[in-house]
Amino acid sequence: MPSPSLFFAQLFNGLALGSLLALVSAGLTIILGTLGVLNFAHGAMFMVAAYVAWWTMVATQSYVLAALAACAVLVVLGMIIERGIIQFYYSRPPEDQILVTFGIGVVLVEVIRVIFGGISHSMPVPDWGSGIVNMGFLIYPKYRVLALGIIAVALLALYLVLYRTRLGLIVRAGIEDQRMVGLLGINVKRTFLAVFALGSLAVGFAGAVYAPIIAVNPEMGEQLLVQSFVVVVIGGLGSFPGAVIGGLIAGEILTLTTMFNPAYSHVMLYLAMAVVLVLRPQGLFGVEGRE
Amino acid sequence: MTGMTRDTAALRWPWLPELVTAAALIVAPWILPHLGFNADIAARILIWGLFGLGFDLLFGFTGLLSFGQAAFYGTGGFVTAYLSTTGVIDNVILCLIVGTLAAMVYGVIIGLFALRRTGLYFAMLTLAFGEMSFFLENSPLSEWTGGENGIAGVPVPSIHLGFLEYEFSSGWPLYGFIAALFWIGFVLARRISRSPFGMILVSIRENTGRAMALGHAVQRYKLAVFTIAAAYGGLAGGLLGVLQNYMPPGAFALQTSGQLVMQTVIGGAGTLFGPLVGATVWLWLRTVLQYIPDIGAAWKLILGIIFILLVTFFRRGLCGELIHWVRHRRAATTEAAADGHAVERQVPETAPAPERESSGPVTLERGRVPQIEPADGTPALEARGLTKHYGGVHAVTDVSLSIGVGELRGLIGPNGAGKSTLFKMLAGEITPTAGDVFLHGQNVSGVGPTGICQHGLSKSYQINQLFDSLTVRQNMLIPILGRNRGPFALDMLRSLGGVERLDEQVDRTLDLVGLSARADAPTSVLAYGEKRRLEIGLALATSPTVLLLDEPLAGMSPAERADTVALLKRVRRGRTMVVVEHDMDAVFELAEYISVLNEGELLAEGTPEQIQNDDRVQNAYLGGMSEDESA
Repeated sequence: MPSPSLFFAQLFNGLALGSLLALVSAGLTIILGTLGVLNFAHGAMFMVAAYVAWWTMVATQSYVLAALAACAVLVVLGMIIERGIIQFYYSRPPEDQILVTFGIGVVLVEVIRVIFGGISHSMPVPDWGSGIVNMGFLIYPKYRVLALGIIAVALLALYLVLYRTRLGLIVRAGIEDQRMVGLLGINVKRTFLAVFALGSLAVGFAGAVYAPIIAVNPEMGEQLLVQSFVVVVIGGLGSFPGAVIGGLIAGEILTLTTMFNPAYSHVMLYLAMAVVLVLRPQGLFGVEGRE
Repeated sequence: MTGMTRDTAALRWPWLPELVTAAALIVAPWILPHLGFNADIAARILIWGLFGLGFDLLFGFTGLLSFGQAAFYGTGGFVTAYLSTTGVIDNVILCLIVGTLAAMVYGVIIGLFALRRTGLYFAMLTLAFGEMSFFLENSPLSEWTGGENGIAGVPVPSIHLGFLEYEFSSGWPLYGFIAALFWIGFVLARRISRSPFGMILVSIRENTGRAMALGHAVQRYKLAVFTIAAAYGGLAGGLLGVLQNYMPPGAFALQTSGQLVMQTVIGGAGTLFGPLVGATVWLWLRTVLQYIPDIGAAWKLILGIIFILLVTFFRRGLCGELIHWVRHRRAATTEAAADGHAVERQVPETAPAPERESSGPVTLERGRVPQIEPADGTPALEARGLTKHYGGVHAVTDVSLSIGVGELRGLIGPNGAGKSTLFKMLAGEITPTAGDVFLHGQNVSGVGPTGICQHGLSKSYQINQLFDSLTVRQNMLIPILGRNRGPFALDMLRSLGGVERLDEQVDRTLDLVGLSARADAPTSVLAYGEKRRLEIGLALATSPTVLLLDEPLAGMSPAERADTVALLKRVRRGRTMVVVEHDMDAVFELAEYISVLNEGELLAEGTPEQIQNDDRVQNAYLGGMSEDESA
């Protein structure tokens, strides 16, 4: 049996990973829920954001600039992708949408590989985030504690956008009934663009905040994409609360099972997904009857 | 023109693609070296092509886009490699067979979970299960798989028959071994694609719900084809280890699944050759571009861009676009030649279908649908206390109906009265909140649409549910196959053209709904009225004893309406029918007894005269307006 201190440390690790998964999955799920498009390029966009943050940080030594640059680049990138490609796919079968976003993901990864090469980079932690924090039950790198707080604030901001603004109302209505939103005289074109940009912003911010914690390389988004799919399956399609709770559950599963047997931690995550599929196919917060 | 396909060349030489493929594989070793391919690359292309044959059946034919095929490629590969390197089985060919079987078993397990969802979810789930397999190989099973190191030293296959000893050493001999297996795999895949089983797969891709309602156990077909795809993946994975003398853990990686999807789409999904062509493009680009300075590193970027362009503008892929272009040209030529007869041909379909009251009862053969004896007084269809509530919305509340054998019942009511919901419950499409449905005295609640269709009840839909990319004839095949073969049959190696009297049955139903002249037209080019008749024809072709028609006359022109009313009169002999219709004149003309639904409840029942004079019915339709206002 693991010691209590290890248990708390892992619980906290799970919270840190879970909050990241929550933010990334939230971006994925609002795009999926509103536009009906499953963005297979989401992981690659996370990777692009991390590269932009890393490059800006190295060039300017400013963490704030790095985060801003990552967000700005991702919003612009998201808008280019939506206007340039995805808008032509709304009337096409879901399989085609998956194929094209998968292709976009491949192109983004390869563009980064051509520019920066295939090796891993590490983004320096900002001065205010260096050092460690002693929280009594565990000693933890300061930046990771702060990153958890920053992501929590980002999730709160996203919550306010979704539940307190007109755009959020449309997004949530779209998740309930996509066709109806189109019939209500809402400017679907502009809304879809805004939602795609919002989802891109979420993943861009996540990439910037997480870049100092993990190795920055062209493949870094792949794992995250798969894990965010698991989160969406567990949490339920298009559901913001589902993404947050599902993200935290996934994070805790990954870290807590590591205590007992690291070899099985990833496998456990997929087993949890399989259990949810059997017991509650629509996901924890999903609406029955929606595909 | 009564064949299953208009492809006359294919009819004359049914084995042509197989023979051409065999010839190409045989001469390849003398030609490919001049094009920059060595034996290793040629064998690799074939392995991807073999892997892709199974995936094409899954994605191209059945429409199931899996991003987790690497799981089966890896499983087959590692089982083969483990068995052959540890000497558990000392025959590599036997190892390959066991590896393939292992992949199939794993396919059944994963399929049982992943196939619980469709569309986007299926893609996500297969991707996730693929990653799970990667992690399984990498750590928990690393004792056997070598984890990140893989398994080295996989031997080449050899034959020991006493009189014949031969080792397929690496290079062109090993190519020969892989080419032979590819050819067998191709022959089998092509047979599957042209079998009744294959036809059902296509119907699932085109319209899963309707395939289910026409009596096919769709889930079982999906699991079957998923397992077949796993088998192809397993064999291809086993061959990869044999070819490289080493089984890499990367076989399980997401990139493997992704590469398979991209190659298939580039080459053309649904063509069987597509994955092979895609793999050729992929490996050729990689090989050639790598030697060009400045571009070498970008070979995959170029592929990615090509992929996006193909998906956006040429979704059929290289082979698919070629086939489409050839067919298009051939059709244009035929049409030009037949131009003179076109007017003549038009006549029978625009003229009202002749009444054939004298030709006796028009009943199709029943196949496995039991013939029901009408005499014992059991109603053909009975609903007892059917209720459907969606949260607080009471769509249907406590409706009981009893419809006698041979009766034609009209079901009317204002919009939102719950008629369609009631129909869906009767056809097994939705589960009632309460109540039961009895078909010829048998409780069929919870049997589902497939089972209910196999019990002899069929429904035509208010909104056409057709198999859009198929021809009229192929559409009609789907219900007839459901009737002849039952809910599920693994007749994968049987030729569709070889099924006895299939053409005859199709022709008879087409004749019945007046679409004989349009038999080989693609469904998408039909006029609305023709589509409507095909919709009814699909329900009829299952040879139902009870037929539900949801607004058969919806949206029809007066001429089409007259045709359809005549059709309904023709087909009602020997059948029990329930018709939901807003066209009151037609209902009063057709039905001998009418049930009126209002706000989810049964309001009145009676003969057309009784209903016409019923005050409650009039009030329901007039929506509370007083007498003089409505006048």
